[in-house]
Amino acid sequence: MIRIIPTEFLKKLTGVETMVKKAFTFLMLGGLGAILLKFILSFSEKTALPEVAAHYIEKGPSELGSANIVTSVVVTYRGLDTLGEVTILFAAAAVVGLLIHLNRNENAVRREGSELLKTASVLLFPLILLFGAYVFINGHLSPGGGFQGGAIIASAVVLTVLASPNRKIGHTVLSVIESLSGLFYVGLGMAGAVLAVNGFLDNRIIPLGEFGSLFSAGLIPIIYTVIGLKVGSELSSVVITLNGETVEEDD
Amino acid sequence: MEILFLIISVFTVITAVTAVAVKDRVVSVLAGGATGLFASILFVIMAAPDVAMTEAAIGSGLTTFIFFFALRKIRRNDQDHSNGVSEETHRSRDNG
Repeated sequence: MIRIIPTEFLKKLTGVETMVKKAFTFLMLGGLGAILLKFILSFSEKTALPEVAAHYIEKGPSELGSANIVTSVVVTYRGLDTLGEVTILFAAAAVVGLLIHLNRNENAVRREGSELLKTASVLLFPLILLFGAYVFINGHLSPGGGFQGGAIIASAVVLTVLASPNRKIGHTVLSVIESLSGLFYVGLGMAGAVLAVNGFLDNRIIPLGEFGSLFSAGLIPIIYTVIGLKVGSELSSVVITLNGETVEEDD
Repeated sequence: MEILFLIISVFTVITAVTAVAVKDRVVSVLAGGATGLFASILFVIMAAPDVAMTEAAIGSGLTTFIFFFALRKIRRNDQDHSNGVSEETHRSRDNG
Protein backbone atom coordinates (compact mmCIF):
# COMPACT_ATOMS: atom_id res chain seq x y z
CA MET A 1 0.00 0.00 0.00
CA ILE A 2 1.22 3.47 -0.81
CA ARG A 3 1.38 5.42 2.42
CA ILE A 4 3.49 8.40 1.48
CA ILE A 5 3.65 10.11 -1.89
CA PRO A 6 7.21 9.77 -3.23
CA THR A 7 8.92 13.13 -2.97
CA GLU A 8 10.00 13.23 -6.60
CA PHE A 9 6.33 13.65 -7.57
CA LEU A 10 6.08 16.76 -5.42
CA LYS A 11 9.37 18.33 -6.46
CA LYS A 12 8.92 21.84 -7.78
CA LEU A 13 9.47 21.92 -11.49
CA THR A 14 11.84 24.40 -13.08
CA GLY A 15 10.56 26.91 -15.64
CA VAL A 16 11.66 24.90 -18.66
CA GLU A 17 10.20 21.67 -17.27
CA THR A 18 6.85 23.35 -16.69
CA MET A 19 6.88 24.67 -20.26
CA VAL A 20 7.62 21.21 -21.68
CA LYS A 21 4.93 19.66 -19.48
CA LYS A 22 2.35 22.20 -20.63
CA ALA A 23 3.37 21.78 -24.27
CA PHE A 24 2.84 18.02 -23.98
CA THR A 25 -0.57 18.55 -22.39
CA PHE A 26 -1.70 20.81 -25.21
CA LEU A 27 -0.26 18.42 -27.80
CA MET A 28 -2.28 15.55 -26.30
CA LEU A 29 -5.44 17.65 -26.14
CA GLY A 30 -4.95 18.82 -29.71
CA GLY A 31 -4.50 15.27 -30.93
CA LEU A 32 -7.63 14.12 -29.12
CA GLY A 33 -9.53 17.08 -30.55
CA ALA A 34 -8.39 16.25 -34.08
CA ILE A 35 -9.59 12.67 -33.70
CA LEU A 36 -12.98 13.71 -32.34
CA LEU A 37 -13.39 16.51 -34.90
CA LYS A 38 -13.66 13.89 -37.64
CA PHE A 39 -16.67 12.33 -35.89
CA ILE A 40 -18.34 15.68 -35.27
CA LEU A 41 -17.98 16.75 -38.91
CA SER A 42 -19.35 13.47 -40.23
CA PHE A 43 -22.24 13.37 -37.76
CA SER A 44 -25.71 13.04 -39.17
CA GLU A 45 -28.83 12.18 -37.24
CA LYS A 46 -30.00 8.63 -37.83
CA THR A 47 -33.48 8.39 -39.29
CA ALA A 48 -33.81 4.60 -39.33
CA LEU A 49 -32.84 1.91 -36.84
CA PRO A 50 -29.96 -0.42 -37.62
CA GLU A 51 -31.05 -3.93 -38.58
CA VAL A 52 -30.31 -5.55 -35.22
CA ALA A 53 -32.09 -2.83 -33.23
CA ALA A 54 -35.09 -3.05 -35.52
CA HIS A 55 -35.26 -6.78 -34.87
CA TYR A 56 -35.07 -6.26 -31.09
CA ILE A 57 -37.89 -3.72 -31.16
CA GLU A 58 -40.21 -5.42 -33.63
CA LYS A 59 -39.72 -9.06 -32.69
CA GLY A 60 -38.51 -8.73 -29.09
CA PRO A 61 -41.87 -8.57 -27.29
CA SER A 62 -43.42 -11.44 -29.27
CA GLU A 63 -40.27 -13.59 -29.21
CA LEU A 64 -39.33 -13.27 -25.54
CA GLY A 65 -42.54 -11.91 -23.96
CA SER A 66 -40.79 -9.09 -22.10
CA ALA A 67 -42.57 -5.72 -22.05
CA ASN A 68 -39.31 -3.89 -21.38
CA ILE A 69 -37.21 -4.21 -24.53
CA VAL A 70 -34.05 -3.07 -22.73
CA THR A 71 -34.46 -6.04 -20.39
CA SER A 72 -34.94 -8.51 -23.22
CA VAL A 73 -31.71 -7.24 -24.79
CA VAL A 74 -29.74 -7.20 -21.54
CA VAL A 75 -30.88 -10.57 -20.19
CA THR A 76 -31.42 -12.68 -23.29
CA TYR A 77 -30.17 -11.29 -26.59
CA ARG A 78 -27.00 -9.97 -24.96
CA GLY A 79 -27.10 -12.26 -21.94
CA LEU A 80 -23.49 -13.32 -22.31
CA ASP A 81 -22.37 -9.68 -21.90
CA THR A 82 -24.38 -9.44 -18.69
CA LEU A 83 -22.77 -12.61 -17.38
CA GLY A 84 -19.40 -11.00 -18.15
CA GLU A 85 -20.36 -7.84 -16.26
CA VAL A 86 -21.46 -9.84 -13.24
CA THR A 87 -18.16 -11.73 -13.35
CA ILE A 88 -16.18 -8.48 -13.47
CA LEU A 89 -18.13 -7.14 -10.51
CA PHE A 90 -17.46 -10.37 -8.63
CA ALA A 91 -13.72 -10.11 -9.33
CA ALA A 92 -13.67 -6.47 -8.20
CA ALA A 93 -15.51 -7.27 -4.96
CA ALA A 94 -13.22 -10.23 -4.28
CA VAL A 95 -10.06 -8.14 -4.78
CA VAL A 96 -11.36 -5.33 -2.56
CA GLY A 97 -12.14 -7.90 0.10
CA LEU A 98 -8.71 -9.50 -0.19
CA LEU A 99 -6.71 -6.24 -0.09
CA ILE A 100 -8.68 -4.70 2.74
CA HIS A 101 -8.81 -7.90 4.78
CA LEU A 102 -5.04 -7.78 5.25
CA ASN A 103 -5.34 -4.32 6.71
CA ARG A 104 -8.30 -4.81 9.02
CA ASN A 105 -8.74 -3.77 12.60
CA GLU A 106 -11.69 -5.40 14.36
CA ASN A 107 -11.54 -3.23 17.47
CA ALA A 108 -11.52 0.23 15.94
CA VAL A 109 -14.25 2.45 17.37
CA ARG A 110 -15.91 5.03 15.13
CA ARG A 111 -18.08 7.99 15.91
CA GLU A 112 -21.74 6.93 15.75
CA GLY A 113 -24.15 8.66 13.40
CA SER A 114 -26.51 11.27 14.78
CA GLU A 115 -29.77 10.28 16.45
CA LEU A 116 -31.72 11.53 13.41
CA LEU A 117 -29.68 9.43 11.00
CA LYS A 118 -29.94 6.34 13.21
CA THR A 119 -33.71 6.56 13.62
CA ALA A 120 -34.22 7.30 9.93
CA SER A 121 -32.00 4.43 8.86
CA VAL A 122 -33.92 1.94 11.01
CA LEU A 123 -37.15 3.18 9.45
CA LEU A 124 -35.91 3.37 5.86
CA PHE A 125 -33.74 0.26 5.65
CA PRO A 126 -36.57 -2.25 5.07
CA LEU A 127 -38.38 0.13 2.72
CA ILE A 128 -35.32 0.67 0.51
CA LEU A 129 -34.65 -3.07 0.56
CA LEU A 130 -38.23 -3.72 -0.55
CA PHE A 131 -37.94 -1.12 -3.31
CA GLY A 132 -34.76 -2.77 -4.56
CA ALA A 133 -36.52 -6.12 -4.68
CA TYR A 134 -39.47 -4.51 -6.47
CA VAL A 135 -37.14 -3.02 -9.09
CA PHE A 136 -35.46 -6.30 -9.97
CA ILE A 137 -38.58 -8.46 -9.83
CA ASN A 138 -40.36 -6.05 -12.20
CA GLY A 139 -37.35 -5.72 -14.48
CA HIS A 140 -39.21 -7.18 -17.45
CA LEU A 141 -42.18 -4.83 -17.02
CA SER A 142 -40.83 -1.46 -15.89
CA PRO A 143 -37.49 0.37 -16.10
CA GLY A 144 -34.77 -1.13 -13.96
CA GLY A 145 -33.55 -4.63 -13.36
CA GLY A 146 -30.98 -6.70 -11.55
CA PHE A 147 -28.15 -4.17 -11.52
CA GLN A 148 -30.35 -1.24 -10.54
CA GLY A 149 -32.17 -3.22 -7.86
CA GLY A 150 -28.88 -4.52 -6.50
CA ALA A 151 -27.45 -1.00 -6.33
CA ILE A 152 -30.55 0.19 -4.48
CA ILE A 153 -30.17 -2.64 -1.95
CA ALA A 154 -26.51 -1.70 -1.50
CA SER A 155 -27.51 1.92 -0.85
CA ALA A 156 -29.74 0.69 2.00
CA VAL A 157 -26.66 -1.02 3.46
CA VAL A 158 -24.67 2.23 2.99
CA LEU A 159 -27.28 4.06 5.05
CA THR A 160 -27.03 1.51 7.87
CA VAL A 161 -23.23 1.59 7.81
CA LEU A 162 -23.23 5.39 7.98
CA ALA A 163 -25.70 5.44 10.86
CA SER A 164 -23.99 2.84 13.02
CA PRO A 165 -20.44 2.26 11.78
CA ASN A 166 -19.51 0.10 14.78
CA ARG A 167 -22.11 -2.56 14.16
CA LYS A 168 -20.53 -5.84 13.12
CA ILE A 169 -22.15 -7.20 9.99
CA GLY A 170 -21.31 -10.79 9.14
CA HIS A 171 -19.95 -11.62 5.73
CA THR A 172 -21.06 -15.25 5.81
CA VAL A 173 -24.68 -14.75 4.76
CA LEU A 174 -23.68 -12.27 2.06
CA SER A 175 -21.08 -14.58 0.55
CA VAL A 176 -23.46 -17.54 0.66
CA ILE A 177 -26.16 -15.54 -1.17
CA GLU A 178 -23.60 -14.28 -3.66
CA SER A 179 -22.14 -17.68 -4.44
CA LEU A 180 -25.51 -19.42 -4.67
CA SER A 181 -27.00 -16.79 -6.98
CA GLY A 182 -23.89 -16.83 -9.17
CA LEU A 183 -24.09 -20.61 -9.47
CA PHE A 184 -27.82 -20.44 -10.13
CA TYR A 185 -27.34 -17.84 -12.87
CA VAL A 186 -24.77 -19.92 -14.72
CA GLY A 187 -26.89 -23.02 -14.11
CA LEU A 188 -29.94 -21.40 -15.71
CA GLY A 189 -27.81 -20.34 -18.65
CA MET A 190 -26.52 -23.87 -19.10
CA ALA A 191 -30.07 -25.21 -18.84
CA GLY A 192 -30.93 -22.93 -21.75
CA ALA A 193 -28.02 -24.32 -23.73
CA VAL A 194 -29.12 -27.89 -23.05
CA LEU A 195 -32.90 -27.64 -23.34
CA ALA A 196 -33.74 -24.85 -25.78
CA VAL A 197 -33.11 -24.40 -29.45
CA ASN A 198 -31.54 -20.98 -29.13
CA GLY A 199 -28.75 -21.89 -26.79
CA PHE A 200 -27.10 -20.34 -23.76
CA LEU A 201 -29.32 -18.14 -21.55
CA ASP A 202 -32.48 -18.69 -23.59
CA ASN A 203 -35.45 -17.64 -21.48
CA ARG A 204 -38.00 -19.83 -23.23
CA ILE A 205 -37.30 -23.10 -21.45
CA ILE A 206 -40.33 -22.38 -19.25
CA PRO A 207 -43.66 -21.05 -20.63
CA LEU A 208 -43.66 -17.33 -21.50
CA GLY A 209 -46.98 -16.68 -19.76
CA GLU A 210 -49.29 -13.77 -20.37
CA PHE A 211 -47.54 -10.71 -21.85
CA GLY A 212 -47.25 -7.88 -19.32
CA SER A 213 -48.05 -9.86 -16.17
CA LEU A 214 -45.58 -10.37 -13.31
CA PHE A 215 -45.03 -14.05 -14.05
CA SER A 216 -44.21 -13.77 -17.72
CA ALA A 217 -41.24 -13.59 -20.07
CA GLY A 218 -40.04 -17.07 -19.14
CA LEU A 219 -36.76 -17.10 -17.23
CA ILE A 220 -36.19 -13.31 -17.35
CA PRO A 221 -37.68 -12.45 -13.93
CA ILE A 222 -35.86 -15.39 -12.33
CA ILE A 223 -32.53 -14.42 -13.90
CA TYR A 224 -33.01 -10.78 -12.91
CA THR A 225 -33.84 -11.79 -9.33
CA VAL A 226 -30.65 -13.83 -9.20
CA ILE A 227 -28.62 -10.94 -10.69
CA GLY A 228 -30.23 -8.50 -8.25
CA LEU A 229 -29.32 -10.68 -5.25
CA LYS A 230 -25.80 -11.16 -6.56
CA VAL A 231 -25.12 -7.49 -7.33
CA GLY A 232 -26.76 -6.38 -4.09
CA SER A 233 -24.71 -8.73 -1.92
CA GLU A 234 -21.49 -7.93 -3.81
CA LEU A 235 -21.80 -4.15 -3.53
CA SER A 236 -22.95 -4.47 0.09
CA SER A 237 -19.94 -6.57 0.99
CA VAL A 238 -17.64 -4.03 -0.70
CA VAL A 239 -19.19 -1.27 1.41
CA ILE A 240 -19.03 -3.30 4.63
CA THR A 241 -15.41 -4.28 3.95
CA LEU A 242 -14.41 -0.67 3.28
CA ASN A 243 -16.08 0.39 6.51
CA GLY A 244 -14.21 -2.25 8.52
CA GLU A 245 -10.94 -1.17 6.97
CA THR A 246 -8.49 0.78 9.09
CA VAL A 247 -4.78 1.43 9.17
CA GLU A 248 -2.70 -0.12 11.94
CA GLU A 249 -2.02 3.25 13.56
CA ASP A 250 -5.67 3.54 14.45
CA ASP A 251 -5.49 1.65 17.80
CA MET B 1 -38.23 20.43 -22.40
CA GLU B 2 -35.46 21.81 -24.61
CA ILE B 3 -34.79 24.61 -22.09
CA LEU B 4 -34.73 22.19 -19.15
CA PHE B 5 -32.35 19.95 -21.05
CA LEU B 6 -29.99 22.87 -21.74
CA ILE B 7 -30.06 24.11 -18.15
CA ILE B 8 -29.26 20.68 -16.75
CA SER B 9 -26.54 20.14 -19.36
CA VAL B 10 -24.90 23.39 -18.27
CA PHE B 11 -25.11 22.31 -14.62
CA THR B 12 -23.54 18.96 -15.52
CA VAL B 13 -20.60 20.67 -17.20
CA ILE B 14 -20.19 23.20 -14.36
CA THR B 15 -20.11 20.50 -11.65
CA ALA B 16 -17.75 18.36 -13.74
CA VAL B 17 -15.30 21.25 -14.17
CA THR B 18 -15.63 22.06 -10.46
CA ALA B 19 -14.75 18.48 -9.57
CA VAL B 20 -11.51 18.74 -11.50
CA ALA B 21 -10.56 22.34 -10.77
CA VAL B 22 -11.31 22.79 -7.08
CA LYS B 23 -8.48 22.29 -4.54
CA ASP B 24 -10.58 20.98 -1.63
CA ARG B 25 -10.93 17.19 -1.91
CA VAL B 26 -14.31 17.01 -0.18
CA VAL B 27 -15.83 19.62 -2.51
CA SER B 28 -14.30 17.80 -5.46
CA VAL B 29 -15.90 14.47 -4.50
CA LEU B 30 -19.26 16.10 -3.85
CA ALA B 31 -19.10 17.88 -7.21
CA GLY B 32 -18.37 14.53 -8.86
CA GLY B 33 -21.47 13.09 -7.22
CA ALA B 34 -23.55 16.06 -8.36
CA THR B 35 -22.32 15.52 -11.93
CA GLY B 36 -23.64 11.96 -11.77
CA LEU B 37 -26.97 13.17 -10.42
CA PHE B 38 -27.42 15.77 -13.18
CA ALA B 39 -26.34 13.23 -15.79
CA SER B 40 -28.99 10.82 -14.53
CA ILE B 41 -31.65 13.55 -14.97
CA LEU B 42 -30.38 14.01 -18.54
CA PHE B 43 -30.78 10.27 -19.11
CA VAL B 44 -34.40 10.44 -17.93
CA ILE B 45 -35.12 13.33 -20.30
CA MET B 46 -33.53 11.36 -23.14
CA ALA B 47 -35.91 8.45 -22.38
CA ALA B 48 -33.31 6.08 -20.91
CA PRO B 49 -34.70 5.40 -17.40
CA ASP B 50 -32.76 2.15 -17.04
CA VAL B 51 -29.43 3.91 -17.46
CA ALA B 52 -30.62 6.79 -15.28
CA MET B 53 -31.33 4.45 -12.35
CA THR B 54 -27.88 2.90 -12.56
CA GLU B 55 -26.22 6.31 -12.83
CA ALA B 56 -28.14 7.72 -9.87
CA ALA B 57 -27.49 4.73 -7.61
CA ILE B 58 -23.91 3.89 -8.54
CA GLY B 59 -22.54 7.00 -10.27
CA SER B 60 -23.68 9.52 -7.71
CA GLY B 61 -24.42 7.39 -4.64
CA LEU B 62 -22.01 4.53 -4.09
CA THR B 63 -19.03 6.13 -5.86
CA THR B 64 -19.22 9.24 -3.68
CA PHE B 65 -19.44 7.05 -0.60
CA ILE B 66 -16.40 4.99 -1.58
CA PHE B 67 -14.44 8.18 -2.35
CA PHE B 68 -15.17 9.39 1.17
CA PHE B 69 -13.78 6.15 2.60
CA ALA B 70 -10.62 6.73 0.59
CA LEU B 71 -10.46 10.35 1.76
CA ARG B 72 -10.70 9.27 5.38
CA LYS B 73 -7.73 6.97 4.87
CA ILE B 74 -5.69 9.65 3.10
CA ARG B 75 -6.35 12.15 5.87
CA ARG B 76 -5.32 9.73 8.59
CA ASN B 77 -2.11 8.99 6.72
CA ASP B 78 -1.43 12.70 6.35
CA GLN B 79 -1.72 13.13 10.12
CA ASP B 80 0.26 10.03 11.00
CA HIS B 81 3.18 10.77 8.73
CA SER B 82 3.87 14.28 9.88
CA ASN B 83 7.54 13.62 9.19
CA GLY B 84 6.56 12.57 5.66
CA VAL B 85 4.79 14.75 3.17
CA SER B 86 1.58 16.08 4.70
CA GLU B 87 -1.31 17.71 2.92
CA GLU B 88 -0.23 21.19 4.05
CA THR B 89 3.28 20.95 2.66
CA HIS B 90 1.82 19.49 -0.50
CA ARG B 91 -0.37 22.55 -0.87
CA SER B 92 2.32 25.10 -0.10
CA ARG B 93 4.57 23.44 -2.67
CA ASP B 94 1.80 23.66 -5.20
CA ASN B 95 1.33 27.34 -4.55
CA GLY B 96 4.94 28.35 -4.29
